[in-house]
Amino acid sequence: MNLKSVLTASVFAFVGTAALADKTEIEFWHAMGGRLGEVVNEIATDFNASQDDYTLVPVYKGNYEETLTAGIAAFRAGEQPDIIQVFDAGAATIIGAKGAVIPAQDLLTDNGIAFDANDYISGVRYFYADAAGKMVGMPFNSSTPILYFNEDAMNKAGVSAPKTWEEFQSVTAPALKEAGYVPMAQSHLPWIFTENFMSRHNLPFATNENGYGDAETKILVNNDAIKGHFTALKGWIDDGLFGYYGTGWGDNQTPFEQGEVAMWLGSSGSFGGLSKTAEFPFSATYLPYWEGVTTEPTNTFIGGAALFAMAGKSAEENKASAEFFRFLTSAEVQYTWHKETGYVPITNAAYDLAKEDGHYDRAPAAEVGIQQLTLPAGENTKGYRMGFYVQVRDVMNREYGKILSGEASVEDAFQTIEDESNKLLARFAKTQG
Amino acid sequence: MKRVQFSRPLFPYLLLVPQLSIILIFFYWPAAEAIRSSFYLEDPFGFSSTFVGFDNYHDAVTGSEYGNIAHFTLVFTGLVAFFSLSLALLLAAKADAVIRGAKSYRIFLMWVYAVAPPVAGLMGILLFDQSLGPLTQLAEFFGWDLRLGVNYWDTATAMIVISVWKQVPINFIFFLAGLQSIPRSVREAAIIDDPSSVSRFFSITFPLLAPTAFFLLIINITYALFDTFGVIDIVLKGEPGNNPITLVYKVFLDGFRGNDLGGSSAQSVILMVLVLILTVFQFRFMERRVHYS
Repeated sequence: MNLKSVLTASVFAFVGTAALADKTEIEFWHAMGGRLGEVVNEIATDFNASQDDYTLVPVYKGNYEETLTAGIAAFRAGEQPDIIQVFDAGAATIIGAKGAVIPAQDLLTDNGIAFDANDYISGVRYFYADAAGKMVGMPFNSSTPILYFNEDAMNKAGVSAPKTWEEFQSVTAPALKEAGYVPMAQSHLPWIFTENFMSRHNLPFATNENGYGDAETKILVNNDAIKGHFTALKGWIDDGLFGYYGTGWGDNQTPFEQGEVAMWLGSSGSFGGLSKTAEFPFSATYLPYWEGVTTEPTNTFIGGAALFAMAGKSAEENKASAEFFRFLTSAEVQYTWHKETGYVPITNAAYDLAKEDGHYDRAPAAEVGIQQLTLPAGENTKGYRMGFYVQVRDVMNREYGKILSGEASVEDAFQTIEDESNKLLARFAKTQG
Repeated sequence: MKRVQFSRPLFPYLLLVPQLSIILIFFYWPAAEAIRSSFYLEDPFGFSSTFVGFDNYHDAVTGSEYGNIAHFTLVFTGLVAFFSLSLALLLAAKADAVIRGAKSYRIFLMWVYAVAPPVAGLMGILLFDQSLGPLTQLAEFFGWDLRLGVNYWDTATAMIVISVWKQVPINFIFFLAGLQSIPRSVREAAIIDDPSSVSRFFSITFPLLAPTAFFLLIINITYALFDTFGVIDIVLKGEPGNNPITLVYKVFLDGFRGNDLGGSSAQSVILMVLVLILTVFQFRFMERRVHYS
C-alpha cells in the first residue's frame, strides 16, 4: 500500500467519523409490536436513509400503558426520549402536563416547516389538540372501530351486513344463528360500545365540551341510549346472538378468524393482520347505529395513538424530531403505513394518493375506516379528553363484565361507572394543581 | 464461658454497614417515599402536586371494589396456601416412602420450582385457553363450561391452580427434608404402638414437622399475597375487566397502569401495615404452639 492510498483512506476515515459525529441521534419510544413494529423499523430505516443529518432510533417499550409509564418515569429522571407514542386514553395525561411536551404544531413551525391543520383529515384534526385547537400530538396510527364480516357466512345466511342495530337484532343475527354462526363479537367495550357509541350517535360524552375546555369535567355516560344498548346486548348474549369472550382483544378476534363468529367489531388497523390470518373472504362496513336514537349518524372518534415530542431536548434534537414528523406525514410514507397496517392515512394528500393508486379498488374494506372518520361531524364528535382515563376504562370493563354475566343490573352498573369516573376525574383535576 | 468481644467498639457496626445500607436504600427509603406521596395527589409527570391529607386513604377504602378485592385476596391467599401446603405434604409423605427410583421422582416434583412466575402464567393461559386449552376441554368433558377471562370464578380457579402448581415444589423440598430428619428409631417405635399409618402420621410425624410447617405457612402466605403478582398479570393479559385481582395487583394497576401515584402509595401503605400486623400475630400467637426440638 503506498503512501497516497493510506492518506486517502485516513482522510476518508476522518471525514467519515466527522459525518457520523455531526449526525444528531434521536430516540423514539413506541408500542408497536409484531408486524406493526417491523413497519415502524422500516419507516425509521427509510428516514435515516433519506437524509444525512439525523438518526432516528426506534425502541419498542411494550404495550400502550407500559410505554406511557416508561416515558413518565424517564421524564422524571431527565432521561426522556425525543418522541413518544401515547394512545388515545393517555392523551389527557400527557397533554395536561404542561411542559412535558412541545406541541407538534409549534415544533413544526419553529423549525420552519409549514403546518396547516386542514391538510389533515377531519376526523384526526382535533383529537390530540388543546382547548384552543392547536395540534399537540401528531396523529400516527389512527384507527376507528368498524364492522368486519365473513362473506361466506353472510351468503350462507342470505343476509347483508346490518346498517342499524335494529336490523341486526331482527334480521341479521337470527339468520346467522340459524346458519350455525355466533352472529357477532367485539374486541373493546369501552372503545367501541361506549366512546364510539357516543360519537356515532352524536351524544355528549362529558361536560365541558367533552372535556376539552378549561372547566370541571364530568362524564355523561349514564344515559338512556347507551343503557338501552347494553340491555339489548345482554339480551343478545342470552339468546346466542352475540359472543362475549372477555376483555382480551385477541380472545374476541380469534373466533372470527376461525369462522365461528360471522361479524366482528374491531379496529380498522386490524385489516392488515386479518388479511393474512383469515382464510375466508371478508369485507367491512360502518359501525351500526340505533335508528331509534338518531337518524343522522355521525363520524366516529379516532383511536390508536399519536406521537409527542418531549420537552427538555436540545434545539438540534427538536429539529430532528420536526424533520421526522415532516417525513412521517408525507403522502408517500402515510400511504405505505396505511397499506401495510390498515391504519387510516392521516392527511388528505395520502388519502388521495391511495385512491389514485387504486388501493381501494383492490381492497374496498381498507377504505371503510377513513370513510367513517370523514362522515358528517356533530358537535360531540371531535374527541373527548378525560384524565385518569385508563382507570375509567378499567371501571367500564369491570362493570360491563358484571352486566354481561348477570352480576349487576344495567342501571346499577352505569350508576357505578358514573360515580367512580367522576371521582377519578375530580382526583385528576387535583393533580393538575 | 469466655465472652468474645471486639476490642474496637465501632468495628461491629462497620461490618453491619453493607446489610444496613441495603435495607435503608431498598426498604426504608422507598417506604418513607410511599408514605410521603400517599398524602399528595401528584401530576404523573411531577409538575404539580396537591397535599390532600388522608383523602387518598379515604378514596382507596371507600372505592366500590376495595371490599371485594380484599375479600378475594383473603380467599385466594387461604386457598393457595392451603392447597400448596397440603399437596406438597402428601407428595412428600409418599415420596419419602418410595425406595426405588426415589431420586427421579423427587426431580420430577422439584423442577417446577425453577419456572419463573410469568412463565408459569403463560403456560397456564395456554392450558386454560378459551378455545384450545386442554384443561378447558377437560372441564368441558365434565360439563363445566370454563371460560377464562369471562367468568370471575373460572379466572380465579385458573389463577389458584397455576399459583399452587408453582408453589408445591418448594414446599415439597422442605417437607421431604423435614421428614427425612425424623429419627428412624422414633418411627420404628411408633409402628409397634400404632399399626395405622394415617393415625401414626397425625400423632407422631406431623407434630415433629411442625417447625417446618410453620415456616412454610409464613412463606406461603407471603407468596400468595405478593409473589403471585406475575401469574395474575399474565392471566389477566393486562386487561383486568371483571376478573378477580388481589390488593397488591391493584396497587400496581393504579400506580403503573393508571399513573395515580398518590392513590397507589396509600394502598401500599395500608398493605404495609397489614403485613406488619400479620407478622406480629404469627410470631406472637402461632409460634408458641410450635415445638422446636
